[in-house]
Amino acid sequence: MPERLLEVKGLKVRFATEDGTVHAVDGVDFELNRGEVLGIVGESGSGKSVTAMTLLGLTRDKNTRFEGEVDYKGENLLDLPESRLRDVRGNQIAMIFQDPMTSMNPVYTVGDQIVEAITTHEPTGNKEAKRRAIELLRQVGIPNAQSRVDDYPHQFSGGMRQRAMIAMALSCNPDILIADEPTTALDVTIQAQILELLDRLRADFDSAVILITHDLGVVAEVADEILVMYAGRIVERGSKRNVFYDPQHPYTWGLLGSIPRLDRPKPKKLHSIEGTPPSLINLPQGCKFRPRCPHAFEKCFEEPELRNRVEDRGHLDRCWLTVDQKRGVRDSTIAGEQRVVA
Amino acid sequence: MTEPQTQNGALVQVQSLKKYFPIRKGVLSREVARVHAVDDVTLSVAEGETLGLVGESGCGKSTLGRCIVRLLEPTAGDILFDGQSIGTLGARKLRPLRREMQMIFQDPYASLNPRKRVGTIISDPMRIHGIGDRKERKGKVEDLLRVVGLSPEHYNRFPHEFSGGQRQRIGVARALALRPKLIVADEPVSALDVSIQAQMVNLLEELQDEFRLTYLFIAHDLGVVRHVSDRIAVMYLGKLVELSPAEELYSRPIMPYTEALLSAVPVPDPDLAEKRERIVLEGDVPSPINPPSGCRFHPRCRYATEICSQVEPPLVDYGNGHLAACHHPLNVDKATLARVQASPAHTPETADSSALPQDPGKERAEPVPRSE
Repeated sequence: MPERLLEVKGLKVRFATEDGTVHAVDGVDFELNRGEVLGIVGESGSGKSVTAMTLLGLTRDKNTRFEGEVDYKGENLLDLPESRLRDVRGNQIAMIFQDPMTSMNPVYTVGDQIVEAITTHEPTGNKEAKRRAIELLRQVGIPNAQSRVDDYPHQFSGGMRQRAMIAMALSCNPDILIADEPTTALDVTIQAQILELLDRLRADFDSAVILITHDLGVVAEVADEILVMYAGRIVERGSKRNVFYDPQHPYTWGLLGSIPRLDRPKPKKLHSIEGTPPSLINLPQGCKFRPRCPHAFEKCFEEPELRNRVEDRGHLDRCWLTVDQKRGVRDSTIAGEQRVVA
Repeated sequence: MTEPQTQNGALVQVQSLKKYFPIRKGVLSREVARVHAVDDVTLSVAEGETLGLVGESGCGKSTLGRCIVRLLEPTAGDILFDGQSIGTLGARKLRPLRREMQMIFQDPYASLNPRKRVGTIISDPMRIHGIGDRKERKGKVEDLLRVVGLSPEHYNRFPHEFSGGQRQRIGVARALALRPKLIVADEPVSALDVSIQAQMVNLLEELQDEFRLTYLFIAHDLGVVRHVSDRIAVMYLGKLVELSPAEELYSRPIMPYTEALLSAVPVPDPDLAEKRERIVLEGDVPSPINPPSGCRFHPRCRYATEICSQVEPPLVDYGNGHLAACHHPLNVDKATLARVQASPAHTPETADSSALPQDPGKERAEPVPRSE
């Protein structure tokens, strides 16, 4: 039985703003085991980044309200005082961000920034920390690490900066690495390099990884479990095979259909999910995906629960359609031919 | 190449275009080096066609796009637009031509003035070019908003009230306002979510049919480009390395760089992703200040041999308008290879003329599995 690292139960995050309350995360549950890669997928504003940032207490503010529990090794991270949380951040749970251009301090060398991360959490001398920084840079594939360690971030390319960020995140051997859209700002060729690196490092460092992305293609390569989020909720959850080969939620179908595929003949029209994600202040009644769903019917004005509907116990979804109804319309929806049932 | 280019239906002809950016240092601002952003590129875009332009960051694809709409002045070479040479035209003479060519930019947040209302943003090009009076322009803007999938009520809103995808639609409406012939779209979907990317791609395709547009579609991702392009040009470090009809590029890439780009696109199918052999390019694109000798791709190429570091491969026509510059071409059968090697050296100019749509009597190379 793999070690359970993290258990999130009924997590809700709300922000009070001048325009009203933003329901950024509205009831999210998941578990994370050691060595596992969890992919969280959804569009902008689906709550995936807020979920991740909340784990590290990065959304704490006087206008933020939390509910639920984030259980990490027997402690609830939501209640942890800031001083204790600092021990967790970077040391036990580390995070890398989307934009490698702005997530490093431009006036310190890359080496100094990694050394700082190490000495903050461990009683290590500067010399020893620098030696480790060089070793880490080498592990993430920076050529000439010995001399590049004294470079400033602007001397690194985007891909190298993201590698350096990963090196920094791994510097204290964290249990959990949260990667928030780590490849979105990068070229596809560099994206391939970074994904391969993440996959290799998970084995080397024995960490668990939470990979957040808007692109299902990215998680197909590395994730074990996948959460699909929409409007602050999980709409589908299952193993990678469940989600790719037996997707149950129409939103997942839309996401799958909108990826341009090179492994298939070119369709006449690229399938897209019509409309835009709802405002998190004024959520639609019932199923939050209803206004954009080609298969919505009267029942959808009530909110469906996230529950198991197919044979596989670990595969959950939030949709009123029966499994048989879905079988009938799924393939055509993914292929972009929209048809309405019921 | 002296005859007028409009004969073969080319709207844009880029001829041996070079764009170098000087690097200056010291009190006298002496030029110490040059960034070879675009280095001797020849290609053409036929009327009504979509040419995809693909490559990694720093390969010069955006610089080429900006030279074509003359936001930049080329260092050498020329651009013919509708048969007219525009490479060295001054600002005043360019002005009437600006109506014919417009741009869509990558970043929907930075490319719209946050202090102007949507209506003003879209009608400004018409005002500048003296089209219609205020009332007519308003009517046209409302039509445009409808055409790009927004609503006329959005006329008085500010850009910050819109999502990324909606802002990009505003950018498209602005580009359409003058009814241009050519639109250069510089990574128009890279900043958007995958689901919204699909909407944009479909919109651009619909507009092409409706307004008879010609697109130069710049992207770093071969996945999206496939859906919009008729032909695709691949650039690497300022050089055009492969030019091909779109579907052929995917079924038989000739240049190893193209093969690697194709292999980098994620496959949304776990089993396939696991099975396929993935070519991961090592390192980054080298500096365009001192590009590598010979074939510029050779330090990262897995097929590279000695000749690659010494001789720059010419752009060679492999039939069916498929050109590539490589000493070790992939997916080419023996007969084609022999024919290509026997023919006199191709200059980029002659090579490209055969890439234009011509009578189909031309010899056509059969796709074959990789010749090894």
